Amino acid sequence: MSQITLDNVVKRFGSVVAVDHVSLTIAEGEFVALLGPSGCGKTTTLRLIAGLEIADEGRITIGDRDVTYLAPAARDVAMVFQDYALYPHMTILDNIGYPLKVRGVSTPERTARVTEVARELQIGDLLARRPSQLSGGQQQRASVARAVVHQAVAFLFDEPLSNLDAQLRLEARAFLKHLQNELGATSVYVTHDQAEAMALADRIVVMRLGKIMQVGAPLEVYRNPANTFVASFIGSPPMNLLSGKVLLGQGQFVLDDGETVIDMGQVYQRLERPPQDGQAITLGIRPEHITIHTEPRPFAIPGALYVVQPMGGETLVNVRVGSKLVTVRLFQDEPPALPEKVWLEPALEWSFVYGADGARLQ
Amino acid sequence: MNRYKLRTGISRALLLVFACVMGAFFALPLLWLLTAPFSTQANLSVTFPEQPSLANFEAVFANKFAIRALFQNNLIIGGGVMILVASIATLASYGLSRARVPGRNVLVYILILFSSVVSGTAAMVPLFLLIFNLGLIDTYQGVILVMTGGLLPSAIFIMRDFVDSIPRSYEEAALVAGASSYRMFRDVAFPLVRPGVMVVAIWAFVNAWGAFLIPSVLLRSPEHMPASIAFYSFYTEAGTPNITLVSAYAFLYTIPVLLLYLIVNWRFGFRFFGGIKS
Repeated sequence: MSQITLDNVVKRFGSVVAVDHVSLTIAEGEFVALLGPSGCGKTTTLRLIAGLEIADEGRITIGDRDVTYLAPAARDVAMVFQDYALYPHMTILDNIGYPLKVRGVSTPERTARVTEVARELQIGDLLARRPSQLSGGQQQRASVARAVVHQAVAFLFDEPLSNLDAQLRLEARAFLKHLQNELGATSVYVTHDQAEAMALADRIVVMRLGKIMQVGAPLEVYRNPANTFVASFIGSPPMNLLSGKVLLGQGQFVLDDGETVIDMGQVYQRLERPPQDGQAITLGIRPEHITIHTEPRPFAIPGALYVVQPMGGETLVNVRVGSKLVTVRLFQDEPPALPEKVWLEPALEWSFVYGADGARLQ
Repeated sequence: MNRYKLRTGISRALLLVFACVMGAFFALPLLWLLTAPFSTQANLSVTFPEQPSLANFEAVFANKFAIRALFQNNLIIGGGVMILVASIATLASYGLSRARVPGRNVLVYILILFSSVVSGTAAMVPLFLLIFNLGLIDTYQGVILVMTGGLLPSAIFIMRDFVDSIPRSYEEAALVAGASSYRMFRDVAFPLVRPGVMVVAIWAFVNAWGAFLIPSVLLRSPEHMPASIAFYSFYTEAGTPNITLVSAYAFLYTIPVLLLYLIVNWRFGFRFFGGIKS
């Protein structure tokens, strides 16, 4: 197990900068998730660590070795691929044992080790089969088994759950987390699913357009999103973002539609970098931090009821505020009876104010 | 019965008749190849011999020149071309598919264009001079090299399509697992492209097996001639073919190709694997 360091790493494909001056330290035994939409550079970053791509600039170290220009084989990492990449012409036994075979481990020892790992991952009775005879979930386990069969210094996961159906994905997620707790291995996990990143990782790295937007523990990223991108990407349903203009004198916030006015005196006072009069800002409130009232209130946002969506354990209420739909999450299974006109009261300590550049003002 | 059903019924019947006529047109010569060799008085019509005989084959096997052409020269030339084309096309197409070579698509299309526009016939004189200056006239090597060169562009083109269709993550998984590039190619990439290699190998063998022009220009001595030229040994002095012997020889001529196809299909199969989930 080893620490992984990326120091100002840049990777270009033609004129596209896929990874743009990324610096990151992954501690020994830490599980880090690279999270972002497709094309954000998260997979390229992982491939740079694996050695499947070579960085144009910067340095990558694993343990105390500079691996920036080393071939994948010399890096001694293990990787689980999105499509599993189980060799179709080999049995599952040979697939899992391949990393041992290329390291010259003798056949009896290899078979013993593979059998042991396969049994732990509950695919012990499938060893004689070919990959095409396995279900998706079994193939996924086989590819994980191939990764953990030898003592790699780090594990790299490239969206390993994205090809599983929803039910199986939850199961496999718990299984991966359990495995991680047992192995305590340094792991880098690429995903576009924020729930997966939240559930699995010790730390989340949110990426966008090749750049790191925020690094932090899952709850830290969730509670204190550093910018509007992270705010909208983490959390399901995502954070409500209302853009508008500051009227400092009156302590008010006027939405872009020019009509909806929100009393913001208290919030403005709390800001480390108070906005200028007339400055464009974005107000961010999570759906679970809004209370719905049927009467006007100070600091409450007037809106028109749009729909109520019962979700089972909770209820989502969509309210039209100006031209925007605001989502409110109520932790009750019984959908409330609401009038046409409602007032939304944000919990002020959970309200985020972002400048025009998307960066947070608090 | 409505008109629509009637019309589709008629058009189906017409299509069936047309298909039968076309099928017979192509099947009759093959049928002739199965009946004529066993008849003592064969002509160009398909008639089942009343008393099948192997006398034609006795006569053909008595012709040492023709038999050596078929079972020695043809196998050497066909086998040599097959091995060279299959191995070079595999390596070249793998490189062209996987390496980031600037303008590699243009390169491949130019190769294909040249090989189809500049046919072997048009290039025969320069090819002859080239082989002459290399001192390879009247050698197997000369014929094998020229035919390999002629078949390679198309072979690379076919193979590259095949290699392109195989996801790279198989190879990447092997590399990350600790395999060297050579080891990865041997253990993972080659087994995956093998069905494609087999297709190209058989295609090259069949082409070399039936080649007439290149060996007839580049070879001199009778003991080097392939079977396609040895057919002339069953012609009379006046130039008319002895149909019975020609048909028997043609029958023998087709067997190795059929056998090769059957063996490769049985041993390797032209199947496609699963195992990547997309």
